[in-house]
Amino acid sequence: MSVDMSEVRNRGRVVSVNSNMVNASFEGAITKNEVAYIHVGDTRLKSEVIRIRDGVASLQVYEMTTGVGVGDEVEFTGELLSVELGPGLLGQVYDGLQNPLPQLAEQCGFFLQRGVYLDAIPDKDWDFTAIAKPGDQLEAGDSIGWVPEGAFKHSIMVPFSFQGVWTVKSIVLSGRYNVHATLATVEQGGQERTLSMVFDWPVKKAVGCYDERLMPDEPMVTKIRIIDTFLPVAKGGTYCTPGPFGAGKTVLQHLTSRNADVDIVIIAACGERAGEVVEVLKEFPELVDPRTGRSLMERTIIICNTSSMPVAAREASVYTAATLAEYYRNMGLNVLLLADSTSRWAQAMREMSGRLEEIPGEEAFPAYLESRIAEFYERAGKVRLRDGRTASVTIGGTVSPAGGNFEEPVTQATLKVVGAFHGLSRERSDARKYPAIDPLDSWSKYKGIIDGKLVGEAYDILRHGNEVEQMMKVVGEEGTSLEDYVTYQKAELLDAVYLQQNSFDPVDYAVVPDRQRDIFSVIHSALMADFDLEDKAAARSFFNTLRQLFLDWNAAAFDDPSYATLKQAVVDAVEGKRR
Amino acid sequence: MIQKVYTKIESIVGNVIQVRATGVRNSDLAEVTTASGKSFANVIKLDGDLVSLQVFAGAQGVSTGDSVRFLGHAMRVSYSPALLGRVFDGAGRPRDKGPALDENMIEIAGPSVNPSKRVIPRRMIRTGIPMIDMFNTLVESQKLPIFSVSGEPYNELLARIAIQAEVDIIILGGMGLKYDDYLTFRSTLEKSGAMSRTIMFIHTAADPTVECTLVPDLALAVAERFALDGKRVLCLLTDMTNYCDAQKEMAITMDQVPSNRGYPGDLYSMLASRYEKAVDFDGAGSLTILGVTTMPGDDVTHPVPDNTGYITEGQYYLRGGHIEPFGSLSRLKQQVNSSTRSDHRALMDAMIRLYASYKDTLEKRSMGFQMTDWDEKLLKYGALFEEKLMDLSVNIPLEEALDTGWRILASCFEKNETGLKSSLIEEYWPKDES
Repeated sequence: MSVDMSEVRNRGRVVSVNSNMVNASFEGAITKNEVAYIHVGDTRLKSEVIRIRDGVASLQVYEMTTGVGVGDEVEFTGELLSVELGPGLLGQVYDGLQNPLPQLAEQCGFFLQRGVYLDAIPDKDWDFTAIAKPGDQLEAGDSIGWVPEGAFKHSIMVPFSFQGVWTVKSIVLSGRYNVHATLATVEQGGQERTLSMVFDWPVKKAVGCYDERLMPDEPMVTKIRIIDTFLPVAKGGTYCTPGPFGAGKTVLQHLTSRNADVDIVIIAACGERAGEVVEVLKEFPELVDPRTGRSLMERTIIICNTSSMPVAAREASVYTAATLAEYYRNMGLNVLLLADSTSRWAQAMREMSGRLEEIPGEEAFPAYLESRIAEFYERAGKVRLRDGRTASVTIGGTVSPAGGNFEEPVTQATLKVVGAFHGLSRERSDARKYPAIDPLDSWSKYKGIIDGKLVGEAYDILRHGNEVEQMMKVVGEEGTSLEDYVTYQKAELLDAVYLQQNSFDPVDYAVVPDRQRDIFSVIHSALMADFDLEDKAAARSFFNTLRQLFLDWNAAAFDDPSYATLKQAVVDAVEGKRR
Repeated sequence: MIQKVYTKIESIVGNVIQVRATGVRNSDLAEVTTASGKSFANVIKLDGDLVSLQVFAGAQGVSTGDSVRFLGHAMRVSYSPALLGRVFDGAGRPRDKGPALDENMIEIAGPSVNPSKRVIPRRMIRTGIPMIDMFNTLVESQKLPIFSVSGEPYNELLARIAIQAEVDIIILGGMGLKYDDYLTFRSTLEKSGAMSRTIMFIHTAADPTVECTLVPDLALAVAERFALDGKRVLCLLTDMTNYCDAQKEMAITMDQVPSNRGYPGDLYSMLASRYEKAVDFDGAGSLTILGVTTMPGDDVTHPVPDNTGYITEGQYYLRGGHIEPFGSLSRLKQQVNSSTRSDHRALMDAMIRLYASYKDTLEKRSMGFQMTDWDEKLLKYGALFEEKLMDLSVNIPLEEALDTGWRILASCFEKNETGLKSSLIEEYWPKDES
């Protein structure tokens, strides 16, 4: 995201400094949300104009403001905060402003030196295959050709900002070109523009350039049983995962980022721990994506603005991530954007709102909190592109509610706009029941991989079993009928062997849909069965045995010969007790 | 640059004073000379030529005619091996009888580590406490608070971990410490012979509030440098709730809009930028942070423990004199407990699950319900678990703790009641007691 000095339209001076908000005077015309640089000695600090009042521009500075003084020069660029789009994004690790972190480390060492902004798109050559021909009529988002990026055909598109229809005047032959080389010239009403592989797009504006939005109706498999079977997510849908700390939000997202059956995963680590990003950073290059046979990192982009990095850039990071997701969607790919955590993003808004001395809303969050959250999640969707292909952006966000209480502004605003709610519960995580998604409180509006009627029947057992459990706390086991007690045991069984899943077990951590259907059919028959059990002790012993058999079955690899034997043992145990 | 002295203080509110001055930069340090002595102050806000400064020693006794001299740099602290064995206060002045140090000054509250220069933590820190080693392993470079209520022996626990942990350097940051607690820490470390590798930055309850907020920055800046020089550093911070309360006090006097129970809206970022200093450097040493967060009213949803929990890599609950199995969590344990012993993870999970059932049974019993066979088993199990593993006085290596776990299970349950995989039971179930 370099800025050419010739584009500088305006200059100004710092008049006041309050933490990461700096006010500046200016001459001429400036635009709200344009990028400005504050000159401190030899360093230029990136900032964004977030308010203009009484001839003074308020700048939200994306860096620490130590050393900024009144009278320092400010340079206004006239451009909105943008990201660079082009081949070479996959596998990268960026900060919230698309600064590549490994390259930054090469240049600056251990620490994040402020004021250093590097090119986001690697300067390299690509094998370009031309599709468009001179005379073709193209619109923004239409492809002029492609380059191979990892396992994908990376479309080189007419920049999204081009309005109307453009005629191709010339285009290069297929061959090897630098990412910044001119590939084509297009013309509209006598005006000519050149196209390379790279163009900009302002992050806070959703990318259009598709034919129409469609209903998200295809499940996005995560290989997590409780999600795929009971609380499914759809490609192009949205879901949120609120939970108190320690309930396993991030572990769940990591698993999803590994296993989700999408083409590309974008991880926005927004205001969370750096250590968690490091795990992804170091593990993904070693892991193989079963879909492509390549390293998992080749389908992943990490936007990393961890909690100790400047807070204003945290606010920008989720938008940066959304823009990259939409860019790849427009190539016909299914993209999953995971934001961890949207609460930190909301808090960044709150901090800035406080410094702007805006009238605070609930818990001091700004009044526009809800609309911003809705705007963000609405960037998800399944679309039909102009060439007829469908593609999608799925957004999953974690929420970190204060005190683990879901009755707080960020969780509530998020629940209004998402299609699935995976609420994590402290009780379940305390009892080491993972994933700690509360099966009864959570919901999903999407269609899963298993017939909804059968899932509904399993749900009924779960709900009834839970009621019996609550009742047993009052009347005791002796006051419970055998029938109710068996229902309770069935619900416990479903929980123990199906809803819970061991994310650290090499087999159990990812369960493919076929296997989920297979296990579900067996557990469903057990849940529906009428068992011949003389008393509660016999029931407890029977279900203990059954659970043990199920767990052993779960531990067997799907393609292992023991899989069939262990399955048969479970089936035999169920059938042997059936009345 | 000629240091101009300003002698007209425009306003004094709380610990913040304002002077009119030019050429001043954000976060610059200044020296305020009053009738009662000199104090440092730092620039927290600039508005035209009006400069707001926070006076470290507090603004009590500051006169409008006192002088302010800007030093042209931000707050710094000396970094050298001469720090070892020394005790300083929250402004970096010696608290012991040693000389002031002013060589090799480094800036405090420096920039964040580039995430791509971190490595995945991989070394376990053995403490000899089963509730830590077995159930919630402490890992080098981890940041972990002890959640507790006033009156619990958290400082004793902190000191014990400090002495038993294998690290090169211990840095203690005390905030709002009772003087007795400070003396206890000192004598414990001295007695164990650890003082020569210890540096203390101590703010006691009687010291000025602003200095309390500087302690973590001083301690962590020094710790970070030692880690960069290849040392394995353990930084102890007690009590972070006092730190947050000091920040709250300052935010309120500066008219900031409070977000939750009076705490400033940037409490999370404030804590995160400190805790995130914990790091395992790629090609250098490491910095582990163990903090204490006292929970007012034993309420974990209080903003301080709540925000802390979202930042740190787990937490230890200290309650009733022992580390609670529920809620206590070491997020990094998975990085190390796969290579300790093959039964470590599964046994740990199974024992906690059973302990949870034991707690349910206790509840049932207290309500007067009839105890089944299963309940009796759980009651026996719970008592053994508490005695042999939870008690804080137990001091055994991890392997012994795992063996103890299996013996407890075998003496209470049938094999299939444990929920453990058959292959593990085959390998570890004590043969003589089954």
